[in-house]
Amino acid sequence: MTLTSIIFAGILTYFTRMTMIALISRDMLGDKIKAVLEYVPSAVFPAIIFPGIFINDFGTFIEMNDPKIFGALVAVIVGYFSKNIIATISAGLVSYWFLIFVVFN
Amino acid sequence: MLTKKQLFTRGMLDISPHMLSVIPFGIICGAIGVELGFHPYLVYAMSFIIFGGASQIVFLQLLSGGASSLVAVASVGIINSRHLLYGAVLSEYLEKLSFIKKLLISYVVVDQGFAESNKFFKKNRSEEFLHYHLIGTGCTMWVCWQIATLSGIVLGSFVPEELGLKFAIPLTFIAIVVQDLKKLDHVIVMITCGLSSLLFFDAPFKSYIIISPIIALFVAALLLRLKK
Repeated sequence: MTLTSIIFAGILTYFTRMTMIALISRDMLGDKIKAVLEYVPSAVFPAIIFPGIFINDFGTFIEMNDPKIFGALVAVIVGYFSKNIIATISAGLVSYWFLIFVVFN
Repeated sequence: MLTKKQLFTRGMLDISPHMLSVIPFGIICGAIGVELGFHPYLVYAMSFIIFGGASQIVFLQLLSGGASSLVAVASVGIINSRHLLYGAVLSEYLEKLSFIKKLLISYVVVDQGFAESNKFFKKNRSEEFLHYHLIGTGCTMWVCWQIATLSGIVLGSFVPEELGLKFAIPLTFIAIVVQDLKKLDHVIVMITCGLSSLLFFDAPFKSYIIISPIIALFVAALLLRLKK
């Protein structure tokens, strides 16, 4: 039944969140591992960013002239200089919309 | 020293800009679930029980596509296994908490909350009640996610599909990592992860989402060696 699967999926997800926080103590991680863990955001988030840009809803690669690539580049530039999250997201979306609604229309 | 309330509020403020992408995405998630033919209560139960954006969509898509529930559950587990890495990073700051508090706080650890609280923790190591920042980011995410998915379930996809608002998700994460582009070692790690995720995108159970971070962390370890 679907609800049972949801509960199992929920328990599994909760364990991924809880395991390292509650069951691991600081001393179990050496200095070298801690130094590597500094890179976790840079090592994880591109795995969400890249497919979100370069792969479409059907699981195939987009064309090199896809508006998403342009939108992402604008977001990177605006984000880099503005250091502002709202500006980054809006700039990416607006430039993407500009291409799909105005230029390619 | 900041008070608990100040830290909580700071956490709320730090994560709130991300709601620009989280809320539309939540609406889409809720609407997709109902469109795929699942009972609205079940679609909502996922937001409460799993509480994990993309993994909820994948779960429903797999089930409606005829995959076995074992495959669907395993995929959710693999997609969300990245939290193990977040936990490993956060454990350093949460070690003083009691076991019960650790168990409770774990429920609200999500991508954006981890990212923003981790940034705050690094700059404010000496604060006594640091975890209230994480509770602030996590609870804000939780409340917005529940409201957003519920509205998607009840009202359907009132966000026009042509707007392509799913694109806001990669943008939100660009906003999180973009300042690290100043550091060459981080750039190398990011590119390694990004390219690996495209290379392994078709790996079973969506495992690219944990394979590519592991490869990227290996590269990070190599870089640390070279630096010495």
